[in-house]
Order: sequence, then structure tokens, then C-alpha cells
Amino acid sequence: MLPPGVNSKDFSDALKQFESAVGKEWVFTSDEDVALYRDAYSPFWGEPEERVASAAVAPDKVEEVQAVMKIANQYKIPVYPISTGKNLGYGGSAPNLSGSVVLDLKRMNRILDVSERNHSALVEPGVSYFDLYRYIQERKLKLWVDVPDPGWGSPVGNSLDHGGGYLQPMYRNHFDSHCGMEVVLANGDLVRTGMGAMPGANTWQQYKFGFGPWIDGMFSQSNFGVVTKMGFWLMPEPDAYLTGTVTVPKYEDLIPMVDILTFLENSGVSNGMPGLGSPILGGFMMPPPAPEVTAMLAKPDGGVGSAELHQYAQDKGIPFWSCTVKFYGPAKAIREQWEYAKEKFSVIPGAKFQDGEFYKLPLTPDQFDKVHKPEFGLPSLETFSIGARSPINPTPTNGHIWFSPIIPRTGEAVLEANKVFSQAARDFGLPILSFSLPSTYWMRAFIFIFGFPITHDVATNKKNRESFKQLVRIAAEHGWGEYRTAPAFQDAVMDTYSFNNHALRRFHETVKDAVDPNGIISAGRYGIWPKHLRGTKA
Amino acid sequence: MKRIGTCLLTMVCLALAGSAFGADDATIQKGEKVFDYWCATCHGPHLPGTVALETKYKGAKPGLLTERTDLIPPVTKTFVRKGVSVMPFFRKTEISDADLDALAAYLARNNKTNR
Repeated sequence: MLPPGVNSKDFSDALKQFESAVGKEWVFTSDEDVALYRDAYSPFWGEPEERVASAAVAPDKVEEVQAVMKIANQYKIPVYPISTGKNLGYGGSAPNLSGSVVLDLKRMNRILDVSERNHSALVEPGVSYFDLYRYIQERKLKLWVDVPDPGWGSPVGNSLDHGGGYLQPMYRNHFDSHCGMEVVLANGDLVRTGMGAMPGANTWQQYKFGFGPWIDGMFSQSNFGVVTKMGFWLMPEPDAYLTGTVTVPKYEDLIPMVDILTFLENSGVSNGMPGLGSPILGGFMMPPPAPEVTAMLAKPDGGVGSAELHQYAQDKGIPFWSCTVKFYGPAKAIREQWEYAKEKFSVIPGAKFQDGEFYKLPLTPDQFDKVHKPEFGLPSLETFSIGARSPINPTPTNGHIWFSPIIPRTGEAVLEANKVFSQAARDFGLPILSFSLPSTYWMRAFIFIFGFPITHDVATNKKNRESFKQLVRIAAEHGWGEYRTAPAFQDAVMDTYSFNNHALRRFHETVKDAVDPNGIISAGRYGIWPKHLRGTKA
Repeated sequence: MKRIGTCLLTMVCLALAGSAFGADDATIQKGEKVFDYWCATCHGPHLPGTVALETKYKGAKPGLLTERTDLIPPVTKTFVRKGVSVMPFFRKTEISDADLDALAAYLARNNKTNR
């Protein structure tokens, strides 16, 4: 396969120059090798529309990245940088534009600095969360890394794609917790942001902004440069961890419960990632609902807000909602913070409380095996138990993609979103639960996360793709926008951020034309197309 | 046709025998390191890869890859480079061909039919 718009001689010449820049063994051109850059969870698997690479080039250091970019710019070769390529469910290692050359940065796996005094790290893109965790453990540093559920991705790639984790809010949002980056531009020029722009400054991982416009955000979910280093703030190992759960009896109690939770988080009283649940409805991390409840929910006039279900919950004494709040900090202090949280939730009539886990840290080996590891900064792949073959899932699929809209952080929005998505699920025959509660990765907004199975059956994938696009449209009609999506849907999602005749996208395009005039970096990523392809792909 | 099949089978057997006999202790130790780094996080005790295999084989074979006695190098290599179910394939910048040879030798170390 040739990159689009590139003739075979130019491509051949460019590949030879790539070989000179990085070494022959690190330029992959055989079908067998290039196939390893497919998105294992592609919703287009095996179809002509599947996004596939023409080749891959794997530099080992920043000077080689600069050399590759200069060559690509000269020959107008589209390149697609990846860090560890483990962004499964959101695109993996495959490019948006078929025929692109994947710029595989996995070999750049150096941990350049970890400071126990400053609680920070500086890493290259090929460093995984496991790598950083092991480095810290080997040196017995009292530092925690905020990790996403699968720990084999990279801090650089995950944060640039706006991924999240589970620790205190200032670390949980991975892009927010970064401090300083180094970027290779399309012409091979090298830029450092924040204090990294000042030669001799020792504060690159201490102060984000440096001087002048803060441009770091422009390199996330975008295609304006190739990030080759990033700094991150790490969490000091806390003294202790505590959880407590409040339950409230009524359907409408969700509204004050969420408001109080928001107050506690925004005040810094609770600082772990909270968990919302419903004892009456069951579901994720809870026992399944009673058969009578399932029958009520299935009635045409039934539903989560029905009087019949409400009466059933009251008669049985089963709470409608629960909220588990979590605390990191000094043991004495977090016990007091939980007491204060109880006082606040007590204004809801019928609220009840249950003390949860308490761990003096670090965890003992016994405790280590029992906990949800990312909440303790421990990278893991245990999350794959959701999709892998198991006694409760004897016929697994071939992967998943995520539909993940941002909704307001209110009980009203949760109830409304459920009505809307439940109706959509019925309309499109989707495997969405009758009621879902949002995830609480972000301090200031909720996010719903629904998984769509990926199969190797073309008809099923096609149906799911269409349903996915319909959900994007329906969500946007209510003001709920995707925070991140796979390349297959990035144009559709970017279309929904359409204020003032797509002014935001037009701004992205203006920047793209200025910093990458040949449009060689990640064409189409997050709906940003270079001038010569604009309008033909969206 | 049958003769071609027999020839292919012989070639495969020779290839397998070669890879097993050729695996020295250093290669197997290297393979163990590759396994610990890349595989054990999902194929360790009680982890999803192990549970998946326990569910698949229902006791006929161990769920832990490290306890298998029937693995031959081409099988390991195929799963690493082709993936299966929710397990993706691995690129050569992650597991090089040399590392994969060592990994395959390590997982075949208990297969007495190869010795």
C-alpha cells in the first residue's frame, strides 16, 4: 500500500532515508509486520474501510524523530505517532488515514527523572505505567502513579488522549497532572513548553505555564506535533485510605445526594474517586436486582421511576441509591472527614451509613490481592476480566469500543440521560443496561461509559457502528458530548461541537495549516484534516 | 497430496525439535523474563488470561501457561502475533522476534515430547 498522494518512487526513497535515520531493522514494511499495527479492536475489522498503515518506523531517540519528520515533510508522507499503541477501544495503534506510516515511539522508553522531593516524573512516550511503577518500587520511593484501568498504556499517550485514573482529583485527570512537554514539529523543529523553554531552568516539572500562551493543550487530542517527553506530577504515598457508604431510600434522593457529593469533592473533604450505585437496581459491582424488580422494569409502563418500584423498595426496605465516598490522607484526619461527610448527607431523610474499608498504607501483601488496584496506584490488567472469557462470559467477543459522553454533574441529568439512552437502546436493540450510573473520573462533570462489543462479523460491526453514530447524535441533541472516541467516529463527534458554524474546528484547521502546512501528522485525528484532504473525509 | 502433507508434517516436526533442542538455559531464562514482563500481568494466577483458559479447557489443561506441558513454539508465536479474543497481537517494538523465540522456548520447556 502507498500513502495517499505519494508515488512509489518517493515512498521508496523516503523509506530508504527512514532506514538511514533509525536503522534498517526499525523500518517495517512487510505485510506481516505492518499488520501488527492494525487496531485489534477496529469496528471496521476486515472491511475495506479498516484504517491500516503502509509501513512503520520506530525511532529510538528524539534526534531520530526529528530526522524522520524532516524526511516525511520533504516527501509529504503522512505519519501517525503512537506511544505504546495500547489505546484499545479508542483506536489502538492504527492511523486515522489509511496508508499513513506509523511513527512507533515504543522504543523511546526512558524514565528520565523521578523526584521524590518534587513528587514528579519526566518520561518518554514508550514508558508504560507498569514501567514507571516498577522503577519507583525498585527504588522504594514513596510515590504513587495515577494509572488507568489497563496499566500497559503510557502516561504520555493516555494523558494526550485525556485518559483518567482513580487517585486524588489533581492526579486523576491525567492531562491536568502533566507539567511540561517536549514536542517535535512537522518540520523537525524541537519545542519545549512551560519552564522547559528556558535553558537552565530546574522547574520544568514544577511550574506548567512558563511565559506567554500555554500551548500544551494544543498537542492533546490533536495532530500539531509529536510529543517526545512529558513531565507528570505524582501523588505522595498517603498515610491511610478509608471508604464509607451512604444509602438513601427514594428515587428522587439521587438529586440531593449528588449535590452533597459534589460539595464534598469540590471542598476537598473527600478526595478519592467516588462510586454511585443502586441497591434496588443492582448492576455493576452490586448484586443483580431481585426477579420482581427485573419484571417491573420490563413492563411497558414500568421503569426506574415507577410508583410500583418505589413502593416495592419502601416495603422491602431496600435503598434506592448508594454513594461510596473515599479518602486518602492522615488516618485521624480522614476518619474526621468521613464524620463530616455523614453530617452533610444526614439532611436526606432516611440516609444510612456504613463504614467501609480502612487501610493503613502501604498495603500488606494480603490486602494487595483484594483491592481494586488502580485506586492504590497499582497498574494492572485485571480490567480485562470484563471482556475476557470467564464462567459468566463463556463466549467473549473480539474487543470493544466505548461510547462515553460527558453529562452534567447533577442527579437530574443522570435520570434524564438514562431515559434518553434507555429509549435509544430499545430503538436500536443495543445491549445497554436498563439503568446506568455515571463514572466519576472528573471532579466537575459526570461521564457515562457504555461498551459496544467488537466482533469479526461484518454485519454486527456495521449495525453497531450505525447505532454508535445515532447515539452520538442523540446525545448531542441534549448537549452531551463525547470526551474521546475511536478514529472511526472522530469526524462524527467533532461535528457535534458545532457552535457558530463549527468555529472551533475552523480554528483547529487554521492552526493545522500554520504548523503543519503539508498536513503530514496524523491526518484526520480528532476530526482535524489537513487542507488537501479537508472536505473529502469528514 | 498425502505425500506433500507427510513432508510438511516432517518439516514441522523437525522445526519443533530444532527449536526445543536449541533452547539453552540462557534462552529459557530470557524467555522467563519476557513472560514476566509482557504476559504475567494477564496470565498470572487468577488473572483474566488464566481465568479465560481455565474456562476454555474446563480442567483438561492448566489455566496457567507456565504449567502447560503441551505448548510448542509455533503455537505461542501465533497467539502473540495474531492475538485471540480480547488479547491483542504484539508489535515487534514490544516483543522482538528474538524475545519471542525465547518466550516460546520458555513456555515449551515442560513439553517432554519436544525433548
